[in-house]
Amino acid sequence: MNEKVLMKGNEAIAEAAIAAGCRHFFGYPITPQTEVAAYMSKRMPKIGGVYLQAESEVASINMVLGAGAAGVRVMTSTSSPGISLMAEGISYIAGSDVPCLIVNVQRGGPGLGGIQPSQADYFQATKSTAHGDFHMLVFAPSTVQETVDMIAMAFDLGDKYRMPTMVLSDGMLGQMMEPVVLPEPREPDNDSKDWAISGHKGKREHNVVNSLYINPQELETLVKARFEKYAEIKENHQIAEEYLADDADIIIVAYGSSSRVSRSAIDAARKQGIKVGMIRPITLWPFPEKAIEKHVGHAKAFLSVEMSMGQMVEDVRLVVNGRAPVEFYGRTGGVIPTPNEVLEQIVRINGGVQ
Amino acid sequence: MSDLNVLFAGFGGQGILFSGKVMAYAAMMEGKELSWLPSYGPEMRGGTASCSVCISDKAIGSPLVVNPDVLVVMNLPSLEKFENDVVPGGIIIIDSSIVHKEVARTDVRVVYVDASRIAEENGLKGAANMVMLGRLFKETGFCSAENLDLGLQKSIPARKANLLESNRKAIALGIES
Repeated sequence: MNEKVLMKGNEAIAEAAIAAGCRHFFGYPITPQTEVAAYMSKRMPKIGGVYLQAESEVASINMVLGAGAAGVRVMTSTSSPGISLMAEGISYIAGSDVPCLIVNVQRGGPGLGGIQPSQADYFQATKSTAHGDFHMLVFAPSTVQETVDMIAMAFDLGDKYRMPTMVLSDGMLGQMMEPVVLPEPREPDNDSKDWAISGHKGKREHNVVNSLYINPQELETLVKARFEKYAEIKENHQIAEEYLADDADIIIVAYGSSSRVSRSAIDAARKQGIKVGMIRPITLWPFPEKAIEKHVGHAKAFLSVEMSMGQMVEDVRLVVNGRAPVEFYGRTGGVIPTPNEVLEQIVRINGGVQ
Repeated sequence: MSDLNVLFAGFGGQGILFSGKVMAYAAMMEGKELSWLPSYGPEMRGGTASCSVCISDKAIGSPLVVNPDVLVVMNLPSLEKFENDVVPGGIIIIDSSIVHKEVARTDVRVVYVDASRIAEENGLKGAANMVMLGRLFKETGFCSAENLDLGLQKSIPARKANLLESNRKAIALGIES
């Protein structure tokens, strides 16, 4: 096993991608994500990989489409405004069934917004990345180690289902350092992609990777087939972690950085004798409906804690479906909620349920 | 000691983030859970810098230290900004060569260290941050002396290995201060 080292979240993203066999990175610098690209620019040339700083995010994502269509493991990373610029390309990638990894180290928005941590891109990541009927697998790490572990999983599942995947981080997780054990490096495996447009020297029918289908029936058939795949993913790949949820009267639902703040608040509330726990979505799409459903019976209230004006709370409400109150607490614009603020909400709700 | 939340604060260029990194690495060598979180933004040399270090036997919740157990402070603006955030019964360690102001609070323990002068008089200009770290180690015992040294070794990249001895010396001066 590799030695435990201290790494910044952003650098860990890059090193984990390399360990997972990624040899192609296309991107454009933006705070608070730039360390990913900086790290890649140092490492890729030394291992026979490609690091390319494109002229824009639009160019980056189209390079990702090209490399992914050729069957290589490819990624890009950016921060919130960059994803908006990449939106069109991501839709093309989804419509072409090309696997790739997209990292979003979120910052405050809308517009250029700010550079401090945020979770206001939840809707964008899970529901409305770009035009058309499609989804990405979306993973939300809450520690640097989990970020590392997710990178490999995102690449592997992306390849398995031939779809874009996203790791949704934020400025806090990207900038902080924690101990991490990197996985053993794997060599790139590009040969198994028999659909890729990788050259065949006339030995087989040529492959086509394309997202343009003029015939509506043909396009509908394709989209429906894609949604059968999404249904399979919803069935098999919902991931969530529970924290003190089994006996909880109040269940916080929080992911990423806000789940860490919530965890501190839960520990403080437990010391006061309040039965509060947490469900931490690890996949945001598919949303871990089963984990929430499991606790609808005994939980008297749910509280979604987010660094946004309230986005994931809508998915929690869809699952709870009126069977218990679902409340929201959030800070936005780059402000990180404090454990005390969340504790106040827990105490307030607890007063209501007694 | 189970949990320790430390906030390092001062000017950019004083090695605030590096002090936190050495502490974080030392805690890792000690087998603790830990996090290191810098302030980031349009920072510049001479502007303010701070970093949060959390050490615990359990997984770290919020890595942002809002109410530090220990505030290690190396300039006046940071003292004024963070003084009231320290938990009652906590510790404020001040570089008194730079901060010429006494702490008003009476419910915290205040440790004045003439860190920048000590560093300069020993030919270690720029290592006041390590003097402060040495004093933090003395006041809290957040790890063993062996692991503090290992933490320092881990924090200094191979190409700067020549700086190891001077940093060691500065830490020792802080412990003696």
